Amino acid sequence: MAWVNDIIQGILIGGLYALFACGLSLMFGVMKVVNLAHGDLAIIGGYIAVGVITITHIPVLWSFLIVVPLMALLGYVLQRTVIQASLDRSILTTLLVTFGLSVVIENGLLQFVNADSHSLGVGNAIITSSFSIGSQIIIPYLLLLIFAVAVVVLLGLQYFLSASRYGRLIRAVADDKEAAQLSGVDYRHVFGIAAAIAFGTVALAGIAYGMYSQFSPTTGTDTILLFAFAAVVIGGLGSLWGTLLGGVVLGVAQAIGAQINSSDQLLAGYIVFLAVLVFRPQGLVARGAQS
Amino acid sequence: MSEPNGRGDRALLEVRDLTVHHGQLRALDHVSLQVYPGEVYAIIGANGAGKSTLLRTIAGLHHPTEGSITYDGKDVTRVRPERRATGGIAMVPEGRRLFGSLTVEENLQVGATHARKGPWTIERVYELFGWMKERRNQRTAQLSGGEQQSVAIGRALVANPRVLLLDELSLGLAPVVVQRIYAMLPEILAAGLTVLLVEQDVSQALRVATHLQCLLEGHTTLEGRPSDVTPAQVEAAYFGLAGAAAGPPGEESEPLWRGSTTSSRGS
Repeated sequence: MAWVNDIIQGILIGGLYALFACGLSLMFGVMKVVNLAHGDLAIIGGYIAVGVITITHIPVLWSFLIVVPLMALLGYVLQRTVIQASLDRSILTTLLVTFGLSVVIENGLLQFVNADSHSLGVGNAIITSSFSIGSQIIIPYLLLLIFAVAVVVLLGLQYFLSASRYGRLIRAVADDKEAAQLSGVDYRHVFGIAAAIAFGTVALAGIAYGMYSQFSPTTGTDTILLFAFAAVVIGGLGSLWGTLLGGVVLGVAQAIGAQINSSDQLLAGYIVFLAVLVFRPQGLVARGAQS
Repeated sequence: MSEPNGRGDRALLEVRDLTVHHGQLRALDHVSLQVYPGEVYAIIGANGAGKSTLLRTIAGLHHPTEGSITYDGKDVTRVRPERRATGGIAMVPEGRRLFGSLTVEENLQVGATHARKGPWTIERVYELFGWMKERRNQRTAQLSGGEQQSVAIGRALVANPRVLLLDELSLGLAPVVVQRIYAMLPEILAAGLTVLLVEQDVSQALRVATHLQCLLEGHTTLEGRPSDVTPAQVEAAYFGLAGAAAGPPGEESEPLWRGSTTSSRGS
């Protein structure tokens, strides 16, 4: 029964990993930008949440109402300035620039915030409790909430991309930005919108991580970015449901690894990651499988 | 420059001394043209003559090293492609360039996003191409080449342009399909469009054009009304054959020959 419990925990934590991954996947799918600062931006989201909560005293759960718009705005501005300027040079330049951004953010946080760990104490008795099925399976409400948020975000993104006017433009620009220009579409603006959405999900990921665990300035690169990459690769680039599946597979692999030996938790996740790269490099859900 | 004979009072689109480089290569060398409202202006030439470069530069996708582009009396040489499109210059690009993961209807909707006011709507495009409405929810990747070309034309039309740039409509299509698409042209023109087209299929171009210009290695080698030029002249201008031209016909005032890179042939 302990195994069943671990697998269930793994599935639920997969929702958090999917939340990490969907912004990365979106930025790559639309702009072909591999955002190496992705994890650090999530951590920035976490720190902004800490600041917002300290100043306004709003409940942690509602901090996203302020943090998400702020991060979305930051995403639009960064995309229209630094990232677009590097895109205009070459795809490779975007790698260097986002890597540089990552270094700047991490060291900036060390400099101005300090290296201490922070967390976002939910402070809600129900959310921090858990319920049990039988005697062995214990499910924390917080993990369930995060998983539900991930599913809602992915569903919302899916609906936005397939049914809204801007979603249509985002897909068109991802297909062929020159042809989009010939139709009068300013692809830079559309890229900015896509980045704003991606950063919004990054903010949610940062808040969710802060509620689940402790974070410090280096958490962005050593945890979030790596898990996001693993989830995206396992699931398959450009597929939102693949991203959820990738997160879940990663989470379950880690849970099983931890069950074997607590030091094998990360190793197990990366073994699955490598196995997918070797045997199914297009990911479990190939692109185009969803409309 | 000089006022051409009986082609209207003011050019809608004027290209003056346009020079465009692709890296070291000079793709266009001081090419000029004037397109008047209601014309079907055809640019012909062999592969690599610079036709597509000319059209893409007019659409704003290439930056000229020299020269200017004037549209509706305004200099648009430095204007971004999307601004030119919303201003009324629409292009059907070479190779169709549809949004492959979008459906037929979504492609048209993208075309209509920043549309000007005018007669063309998605419904009207469905009327023009009878098959399209039933298949509007299919992805364009599932369509035949001719059908894709029709969607590309529709996508340009719903923007309600004043000038329609058509880049190599016939490329990769069966002759029957090409004829069917060109047969649509009068209906499209009836709505008051001006067309500037680039075509490798010279006979097709001559059939629809009201004005003709031939490019050879980035230079203009022939310009005039189709009725004023002889097939021999077109052939000579197209392939760059010296001495094949019979001399200027009638009262055509434009120089028929410019530059004398006669020994080299179109690639």
